[in-house]
Amino acid sequence: MTTMATKPHNEPAVYVYEAPLRLWHWINAFSIIVLCVTGYFIGSPLPTMSGEASDHYLMGYIRFVHFTAGYIFAIGFLFRIYWAFAGNEHARQLFMPPIFNREWWGGVWHETKWYFFLTKEPRKYIGHNPLAVLAMYILFVWIVLFMIVTGFALYGEGTGYDSWQYTLFSSWVIPLFGQSQDVHTWHHAVMWVMICFVMIHVYVAIREDIMSRQSLVSTMISGWRTFKDNRSVDDGH
Amino acid sequence: MTDTFYDVMRRQGITRRSFLKFCSLTAAAMGLSPIYASKIAHAMENKPRIPVLWLHGLECTCCSESFIRSGHPLAKDVILSMISLDYDSVIMASAGHEAEAIVDEVIAEHKGKYILACEGNPGLEQDVTGGMSCIVGGKPYTAQLRAAAKDAMAIISWGSCASWGCVQAAKPNPTGATPIHKVPDIGNAPIIKVPGCPPIAEVMTAVITYMLTFEQLPTLDRQGRPKMFYSQRIHDKCYRRPHFDAGQFVEQWDDEGARQGYCLYKMGCKGPTTYNACSTIRWNGGLSFPIQSGHPCIGCSEDGFWDKGGFYDRLSDINQFGIESNADEIGMGAAGLVGGAVAAHAAVSALKRTQQKGDEE
Repeated sequence: MTTMATKPHNEPAVYVYEAPLRLWHWINAFSIIVLCVTGYFIGSPLPTMSGEASDHYLMGYIRFVHFTAGYIFAIGFLFRIYWAFAGNEHARQLFMPPIFNREWWGGVWHETKWYFFLTKEPRKYIGHNPLAVLAMYILFVWIVLFMIVTGFALYGEGTGYDSWQYTLFSSWVIPLFGQSQDVHTWHHAVMWVMICFVMIHVYVAIREDIMSRQSLVSTMISGWRTFKDNRSVDDGH
Repeated sequence: MTDTFYDVMRRQGITRRSFLKFCSLTAAAMGLSPIYASKIAHAMENKPRIPVLWLHGLECTCCSESFIRSGHPLAKDVILSMISLDYDSVIMASAGHEAEAIVDEVIAEHKGKYILACEGNPGLEQDVTGGMSCIVGGKPYTAQLRAAAKDAMAIISWGSCASWGCVQAAKPNPTGATPIHKVPDIGNAPIIKVPGCPPIAEVMTAVITYMLTFEQLPTLDRQGRPKMFYSQRIHDKCYRRPHFDAGQFVEQWDDEGARQGYCLYKMGCKGPTTYNACSTIRWNGGLSFPIQSGHPCIGCSEDGFWDKGGFYDRLSDINQFGIESNADEIGMGAAGLVGGAVAAHAAVSALKRTQQKGDEE
């Protein structure tokens, strides 16, 4: 180990995340937090309100916030897919892990070893490292899709027959799972997968920011990737 | 020519006045405009009644019990006597070979024109092991069912047994109880599911009345249930819904909330996930329904309601992990594990980093 962050270097910073993508990231993060909290309280409601029913609308508000955040989450994800086409090359990375590329799998393996403390140094990437791409593709993209589809299927039950939510989602999702209660259970269980993902995501982002050879957290705020050494990057850009 | 419904009904001593009341009640229950009451009356007066074979498989006869306890006398006297005229092993007076011969007679005489009403389901282990369970007239029920289903105009799956499998299909399902639509070689007759344990009597009579009046099957949803009765959840029309929206719940059976008639959501009410007409049509002639009597809905008209853990739990059990636990218990366990792993990993990372820094200096 010869180079560390403290050594001077002149590697130029690279503009990786454009403003719309950064905005999406933080709106999305906020909506996930709101969805998890309100979702939990829909499944396990707060203690009973006393007084007349006409004086309160607590469950109603919690559900309203959940549905609104759900719409923001879903529309945000649609925007994110659009941005994969409209944005720069880094905006596409999330959706297309190059699974037929042997070298890329080598990168996954190297990064895995780095996380098991079996290698001294991680590789240097302008975009995401291969393990991050793989994890986000499986645990974020597909989980988000699952939550949007099951979420709208449950929402469509309330809006009823002939609503577009029912036609597009509930009509086939509910029979697929068996019945409404099963969709609830899955929607609920996968929320915890999402929570686990968020925990790992936050930990890894902070850890990489400190221990890897490039910036992470600040990049999602400013858009610029900075580096801690001036050796060549490993993702060929 | 066969009698009309009206002929049968008059023989039963029903007045024309209560006949017309039945027609308008049925029209209202089916969500039709008032003009259809006279169309229903016309159909019942003029069309020959549809022969119905009512077969019983593995079941508890609660569908029949619901039917004969219908609050409306006509449902019991007219529709039921119409059915028992042909075959219903539970309530017909006759027995023995002659009675059993009626089944073959109806199939031969009304080929493609009779309705097969199935209460209960077959145990398919009969096919596999040749086991002697559920024997009707000396023959396995599966044989009787398939023979009758082959030439039926339509099949009505009464109740959750015929529609979904119900309690006898609960894990580990030793008899191989299987809902009608999943029975191999059942033929091509359209299947109408009328789930519920039991279904509401008015729903049962309305389905038959609709088929007679309009000479077609009622509109079905994707799962094969008549849309007119199964398109909304109990929760959507529940009179306790305002308490749900307000966040007022029964927390314990004997608390103030229970006395005040608060929402039973926390007591495991399955109203939000159950498609049925209980909260609109209600039971026993519109007298009450489970939630009105202070008990949560158990979701008896939904597929698999018998294998989802306690009736009084809000969250269903997930059995894939060998132990009974719900989504929150499993999820919190997983999140705890991930949290622990993250903390441990962070600690080792910090240690390594300090070590490396030390090496450098």
